[in-house]
Amino acid sequence: MNTQNLKIESRTEKLSFVREFISDAARKFGFDDESVSKIALAVDEACTNIIKHAYELRPNNLINIEVITNKRLFEVVITHQGKLFDPKLFKSPDMKEYILHPRRGGLGIHLMRLLMDNVEYKTLPDQRCEVHLIKKLPTSIGQQ
Amino acid sequence: MSSFRIDIREMQNINVLDLKGYLDAHTAPDLEKVFQNLMEVKKFNIVVNCKDLNYISSAGLGVFMAYIEDVRKNNGDIKLSNMSPKVYNIFDLLGFPLLYDITSDEADAIKKFTASRK
Repeated sequence: MNTQNLKIESRTEKLSFVREFISDAARKFGFDDESVSKIALAVDEACTNIIKHAYELRPNNLINIEVITNKRLFEVVITHQGKLFDPKLFKSPDMKEYILHPRRGGLGIHLMRLLMDNVEYKTLPDQRCEVHLIKKLPTSIGQQ
Repeated sequence: MSSFRIDIREMQNINVLDLKGYLDAHTAPDLEKVFQNLMEVKKFNIVVNCKDLNYISSAGLGVFMAYIEDVRKNNGDIKLSNMSPKVYNIFDLLGFPLLYDITSDEADAIKKFTASRK
């Protein structure tokens, strides 16, 4: 098991650092360019949601981003101390309906689910919240 | 630090927006302002040239989603052109080619506007 860590303030201007950090880690783990882009976008969406909804755009709060790699699993754990998000309350939009009646919002979590193999939300006993984004390296790609 | 830039060209009553760089939650408000201004001056024929757009997240998509209905109610459209495969893949993943007119070339998007006026 291998871990890498990045701490950012809850500001949207930090998203580009997050994408660079994640892309670099995913590429080194052995993902192809398409998967690297997907993982970076999913992590961007998770951090954007935390900045906008958990911290309600209050800057100077912390978001911790940890990459944990184990065998063929690439897991990104994003931890914050903002408002709790209950994923059970969020149903992925019916895209046919969404296209008929376009609106802003609701796409981020849907995208995360489409881009990753697994997305999980956890609340820790000390009230910290975690978002886990997991993607498996395909067996056709050799790990470096 | 990634950057984002919008250049606007007006041609034959069509506004072409050239997007460059990274469109995320940090830079989407810049695009939002441009769309707000276009709505205020009643410019509803819009082509978004994505040739130099490297990245789009849901915050950027949300701007197009927020204005597409208003624009179409006013007999206009937001047509998107010259997308890189990477950016197109995100639209495709969400089924947006059904919602937006996406052309490979800016000239085709402009032609469609001029043809629909005839």
